[in-house]
Amino acid sequence: MTRGESASPLGRVRGLGSAHHGGEHWLTERVTSIALLLLGIWLIASLLLLPALDQRTVTEWLRAPSGAVPMALLIIIGFRHALDGVKVVVDDYVQEEGSRFAWNTILLFLAVGGAALALFALARIAFGTAA
Amino acid sequence: MAVSILHRATGVALTFAGLGILTWWLYAIASGPAEYDGFTKAATHPVGLVVLVGLTWSFFQHLLSGIRHLVMDTGQGFELGVNKTFAILTVVGSVLLTAALWFYLLGLAK
Repeated sequence: MTRGESASPLGRVRGLGSAHHGGEHWLTERVTSIALLLLGIWLIASLLLLPALDQRTVTEWLRAPSGAVPMALLIIIGFRHALDGVKVVVDDYVQEEGSRFAWNTILLFLAVGGAALALFALARIAFGTAA
Repeated sequence: MAVSILHRATGVALTFAGLGILTWWLYAIASGPAEYDGFTKAATHPVGLVVLVGLTWSFFQHLLSGIRHLVMDTGQGFELGVNKTFAILTVVGSVLLTAALWFYLLGLAK
């Protein structure tokens, strides 16, 4: 079966374009948005339901699997979705190929570095000995 | 049109300020009570509060206009009247949700 025979408009563009993954990027952005809809509501609800927001209370919250696991997902999916989103903005507004590549590379480094830093902090909270 | 630009602007704000503050907050929790006090002082400073209120509004606006985009991705809601109503509802909804959240938060603080 060739791609042209695929039934849906999305199916027809998947794998096409110069990078061969423009359709996947579009789809990933939507799938991560649905995950973040749930994780975002989880974060707001959790902060509202905690009895206080002092260091001891939030540490206890993030040491439990019910706090640490959704937070890890929020960090990974949040940074991924943010990177996908700002890439669309860069691709739309930065015309020149060289500066577009530079912007996308800087943003990639920032996103991966930021996610690593946030995950490291979360691991220290979750596995640390100090309460 | 305007709501579409808002979606991008709030997305960029959430990326840099939102994820930046989330990371800073997690790092402060991990570093102990003294570091966390520094974060709390900055967050409850008038400027910090304005930033946090702006971020929660950005979050709700991006969430609601994001749902709008997901609906439109399925090919629905393109009729002029429906489209405009939906766009206005995302702004009304984000302002109401932000106000409700902060009234609740500041009410607790007293």
